[in-house]
Amino acid sequence: MAVPKRKMSRSNTRTRRSQWKASRPVLVNCPRCRDPKLPHVACPTCGTYNNRQVVTPAS
Amino acid sequence: MPTPTKGPRLGSGPAHERLMLANLATSLFQHGRIKTTEAKAKRLRPYAEKLITLGKRGDLHARRLVLAKIADKSVVHELFTEIGPRFENRDGGYTRITKIGPRKGDNAPMAVIELVEAAPAKVVSTPAEPAEETAAAPEAADQPAEDTTSEQTAQAGETSQAEGETKPEEK
Repeated sequence: MAVPKRKMSRSNTRTRRSQWKASRPVLVNCPRCRDPKLPHVACPTCGTYNNRQVVTPAS
Repeated sequence: MPTPTKGPRLGSGPAHERLMLANLATSLFQHGRIKTTEAKAKRLRPYAEKLITLGKRGDLHARRLVLAKIADKSVVHELFTEIGPRFENRDGGYTRITKIGPRKGDNAPMAVIELVEAAPAKVVSTPAEPAEETAAAPEAADQPAEDTTSEQTAQAGETSQAEGETKPEEK
């Protein structure tokens, strides 16, 4: 079985980990309540999509 | 070479997948709208719409084809008597999927899948009852008619109240 020959330096480890990034979610404003929401998804604040009531919003 | 099914495989085996799709379709026909994961909703849509097409056909062969997939006979009856005729004027596109964002707990993207013409069916069912009343009233004229009509109106009142209760739940 292949095993690492040398210990990986902290520098190399940190360089690798510098690429672990969280991406910012794309948000649009709800046409009904103007709150930010995910595109193509029912608004979690007012529970509407395309001006249709889809879910009861969690209060 | 057979064309692979569109979308992801569900469950841990072919039998599991068949059962899951059948159960999802049963719940959809029972309740009119169900909340499930996006992947399941996307697999359920063609499955359920083919069953509704069979429900529109309405003959015995179609009924047996549906019974081969859905075990619940009352749901199959409802599919052939209520859901099928409801979509008489619609060629496909019987269901609607609306995404409702990720689920708390495992961040799974969730969706609501519903029968498109679910709301008018309840409206259609209420005018049917007065028609029955008018049809039944001349027959029951010889017998004590007042009791039957009052009972029927009471039943109608109860159903309207029940609908009033159900509508806020939908919203």
